[in-house]
Amino acid sequence: MDKLPAMLKRFVVPELLLAGLMLSPLARAQSAQPQPEIPKNQKSAPAAASVDYDGWGRPIPEPAKDQKSTPALPHDISGTWDPANGHEDGGQFLGAKTLPVDGKPGHEPPYTPEGFQAYLRTKPSNGARSVPPTETNDPEIICDPQGFPRENLFQLRTTQIVQTPVSVVILYEFDRVWRVIWTDGRELPKDAEPRWYGYSVGKWVDDYTLVVESNGTDDKTWVDHAGRPHSADLRVEERFHRVDHDHLEWTVLIDDPKMYTKPWLAMDKFPMRLQPADFDVRELICSPSEYTEYNKVVGTGASEAADPPANKKDHQ
Amino acid sequence: MKRDFLMFLGFAIGILIISVPLSAHHGNAAYDTEKTITLKGTVTQWFWANPHCVLEMDVKDEKGQIVHWGAETENPTTMSHQGWAKTSFKPGDEVTVTMITVKNGKPIGRITEVVLPNGQKLAGRIVAPLPAYNPQDPAKQ
Repeated sequence: MDKLPAMLKRFVVPELLLAGLMLSPLARAQSAQPQPEIPKNQKSAPAAASVDYDGWGRPIPEPAKDQKSTPALPHDISGTWDPANGHEDGGQFLGAKTLPVDGKPGHEPPYTPEGFQAYLRTKPSNGARSVPPTETNDPEIICDPQGFPRENLFQLRTTQIVQTPVSVVILYEFDRVWRVIWTDGRELPKDAEPRWYGYSVGKWVDDYTLVVESNGTDDKTWVDHAGRPHSADLRVEERFHRVDHDHLEWTVLIDDPKMYTKPWLAMDKFPMRLQPADFDVRELICSPSEYTEYNKVVGTGASEAADPPANKKDHQ
Repeated sequence: MKRDFLMFLGFAIGILIISVPLSAHHGNAAYDTEKTITLKGTVTQWFWANPHCVLEMDVKDEKGQIVHWGAETENPTTMSHQGWAKTSFKPGDEVTVTMITVKNGKPIGRITEVVLPNGQKLAGRIVAPLPAYNPQDPAKQ
């Protein structure tokens, strides 16, 4: 017992301090910051720094503070765009950013009775309605294409926009998929064969705002990661508003009278920031073979019931 | 002295059982988010892949038996934003892993922090916990 004060001093107090630090919101926020790799000849970790890298491993420059952006060229939203508030901002793991399924009141779109029943049939793997990995019926989890508009509403990350005289092409980081928005004056097709990514046409309503209408999305896709449903009658309106040279706002309106009593905003002026022209986009792809491997080690075991008491092993 | 240290190392691990919920591509439905555990183990494989990276390691339990653990993180892109890399681990590395674990008692967890052999700490992705939710509750509409 006479050793206790010394031991307390040496071990308990530092650990309590450590536990206290880990519990503090400040420490959690700091611990989530990117950390640079340690050079091979360096034994200890350097101080954390806010350095992030593009897909080529080159440092991403921080935007200069208090620097005014120049005006943009009219009718031009081309470039490589990142979520302005960080790469997590477009994750939308809990569903559309405007209405995350986080258990808080008022966070559901205005379902019709049919829409609500369809919503109850979806079993998402995230959010307040989430089920274990192997119980989900989320088509994206088994690497089916997300389709549109979900490509905007889950894992919206670095996004390249390319313009031609007759189209605007959007290249998404997640799953490396693209959409073509025709700007040659054509109308949306009527009774078109459904496609994962539907059909899109766009018109400039002023020098800096492109309005895009889409239809024909296959109804086996989900609207978002929370399992919001849509029918074959889904219409989506997007507004791309270039605020200035460096900033773009992206709005998504869901209109599906079968599933929702009125249109609802899924993205509301979502802010994107222009990256340098030589920015290399990372690779983020759903791979069926990798998913199978994941399930072997984690997903299947995590989803199983507990072992019967007789077989239960003490793992700790 | 060594015995004292080991005794208090065990005590320290106990102290680190704290509430740190987190979320990911797959949610936490299978996990007990109320507490974390901290284990020292030997890496057997580092699976840098989608949808989630997985660190496999052997951990000696209190009976001296080797238990094979699988501890997941998020996808490589998200983790690389936080300083993780394909080269972060290699088989044989001795690591200290703090994680939440699955409710069914299997040796599966989701990492909140790893301490590498060189002392570098890598943070898992941590977000706020979610309250209980029933979409059929009219008050939630």
